[in-house]
Amino acid sequence: MSEATAAAPTAATDKDELLRLYTEMLRIRRFEEAAARAYTQGKISGFLHLYIGQEAIAVATADLMKPGDRVVTTYRDHGFAIALGCDPGACMAELYGKKDGLVGGVGGSMHFFAKDKGLWGGYAIVGGHVPVAAGHAFASKYLQDGAVTLCFLGEGAMHIGATHEGMHLAGLWRLPIVFVIENNQYAMGTPLKRQTAVDDLTVRAPAYRMTSDRWVVRDVFETRQRLARAVARARDEQQPALIELLTYRFRGHSMSDPAKYRTKDEVESWKERDPLYRAETALGAEHGMSAEDIEAIDEKVWAEMDGAVEFAESSPLPDPEHRFKYHLVEEGED
Amino acid sequence: MPTMQIREALRAAIDEEMARDDRVFVMGEEVGYYDGAYKVTEGLLAKYGEQRVVDTPIAETGFSGVGIGAAMAGLRPIVEFMTFNFSAVAFDQLLNNAAKLRHLSAGQFKLPMVFRGPNAAAHMLSSTHSQAFESFYCGFPGVKVISVATPYDAKGLLKSAIRDDNPVIFFESEVMYAVKGEVPEEEYLIPIGKADIKRPGKDVTVITWGQGVSVALAGAELAAAEGIDCEVIDLRTLRPLDDEAMETSLRKTNRCVLVYHGWPYGGTGAEVVDRLTRNCFDHLDAPIERVCYEDLNMPYAENLEKLVLPSPEDALSAIKKVSYRD
Repeated sequence: MSEATAAAPTAATDKDELLRLYTEMLRIRRFEEAAARAYTQGKISGFLHLYIGQEAIAVATADLMKPGDRVVTTYRDHGFAIALGCDPGACMAELYGKKDGLVGGVGGSMHFFAKDKGLWGGYAIVGGHVPVAAGHAFASKYLQDGAVTLCFLGEGAMHIGATHEGMHLAGLWRLPIVFVIENNQYAMGTPLKRQTAVDDLTVRAPAYRMTSDRWVVRDVFETRQRLARAVARARDEQQPALIELLTYRFRGHSMSDPAKYRTKDEVESWKERDPLYRAETALGAEHGMSAEDIEAIDEKVWAEMDGAVEFAESSPLPDPEHRFKYHLVEEGED
Repeated sequence: MPTMQIREALRAAIDEEMARDDRVFVMGEEVGYYDGAYKVTEGLLAKYGEQRVVDTPIAETGFSGVGIGAAMAGLRPIVEFMTFNFSAVAFDQLLNNAAKLRHLSAGQFKLPMVFRGPNAAAHMLSSTHSQAFESFYCGFPGVKVISVATPYDAKGLLKSAIRDDNPVIFFESEVMYAVKGEVPEEEYLIPIGKADIKRPGKDVTVITWGQGVSVALAGAELAAAEGIDCEVIDLRTLRPLDDEAMETSLRKTNRCVLVYHGWPYGGTGAEVVDRLTRNCFDHLDAPIERVCYEDLNMPYAENLEKLVLPSPEDALSAIKKVSYRD
């Protein structure tokens, strides 16, 4: 951790840009908090995995994407949906299992798909999406469409076979793909040191002939800048990359996890690195924004997310016939 | 009409569809430079090049997943398993991705692809290499499942499978690749979901598929010698099942035997029996019999393997039993 934390992130000099990215991160956090509240109220069932603490990664990624690029991610997928421009109301309605949900109430929290926004899926079988993401990149190379696939996975996914096979083929065939490990320190309740023999997961990159990079996600600008390098090489040189982002989820693995396996000190130390907190501090300290100005942004974002909840609650249940749809492409269906 | 082997019929189907559509490609172990473990893809690399005839490392999960991801992105992959026994390590990709992604995405994605390769017992390969997978792959929605027994069916159904916009599991057999039969020179397609009467008859309906077809036909010949006229129905498509063809025959004969390669516990054979028992209860003059593998892991030794596999004599016994002639 020490070497990865050593480089001080570049402070943002452009206030408007920082404000934009701060607001985007805040939208994800408030969406997740609104979802957590609804879950606690018993309005959302199933599994609910929150992205709180990791928002900068989705926001930085969304900024880098060109039309045709794809994000493939895990079941912790709300952040990417919001960052990529999905309507928070549709996202919330999906959590509610409603008709107006992102996928009409068939997928729930763990299975968000929005192809037109570049979200090619939230996948709920750990590691199972890695070869699929490689397949998207395979198609890009085959069709020469110039698109890059960004495949996100948790550090817990580094130990399952599908991940190895997908990365292996991406390296062998030089596919335009960037694999990003969101190392939030715990695979459910198991810390990394009890999962793997090494501390640095990017040591595997040379085995796949990939480039690698690794840093602590403290700063959304730095994260965007360093991700951009990997994306550019994937696009221009068909050079796949393996990136490890050291981050932290401030909530448990899912809503049913009280996260008793970690200390308060540890959580506090990560809160100081929280990109959202740091951006807020910078807006005040470096750009002279008042507490009231920042509060006003928060109120606006909360209003949006309250609206999303309202939309979800008022959306009807899916039609009974909806359960028959989309299992197979039917005659004449596109 | 010219004759060809099943492997040649499969190759002709792939070749014609690759020529017809640039998005069709073949991927799998030894499909390219080795010309295919069973020579189904022989010559295709020379004709279409490395981009469209893709040799993979031994990584079924990896290349199945790549095929799925490529299909979602607009290609039409044909993924070859050297044997379906190896697909076991890729089961998650077929079960949780190929079969579910269209549904999970509420129709945002299509998965036009074929998983094909030999299935069920060959000869003296022991338990890990002798398994029939249709019961697993027919056991969940979101896929179509085909099992072929003649060159004519192999070509016509593989072409339909490649053109289908859904994931299709396509079963062949190591011991049937050299089976010869007539195949028309002109192009033809066989619709998925339609059974075929391989031998018309009036006394007993024998339902079969895949390697079971030759066993069933031989059993029917033995029965004919004893004066029982069997109608042999080759299902060809196992999901969706052709209920109409099965029921029409059974309503005529009132007796039914299943002959197939595969275990008896659960699965496709049990599904057929369940459907016919419920839908044609009043037409049945005897309980439906099943001639299939013994419920055992396959032994290697030739004499033991023969005992586990269904034989024409076993078929005859079942045919006589449902006719109350045993």
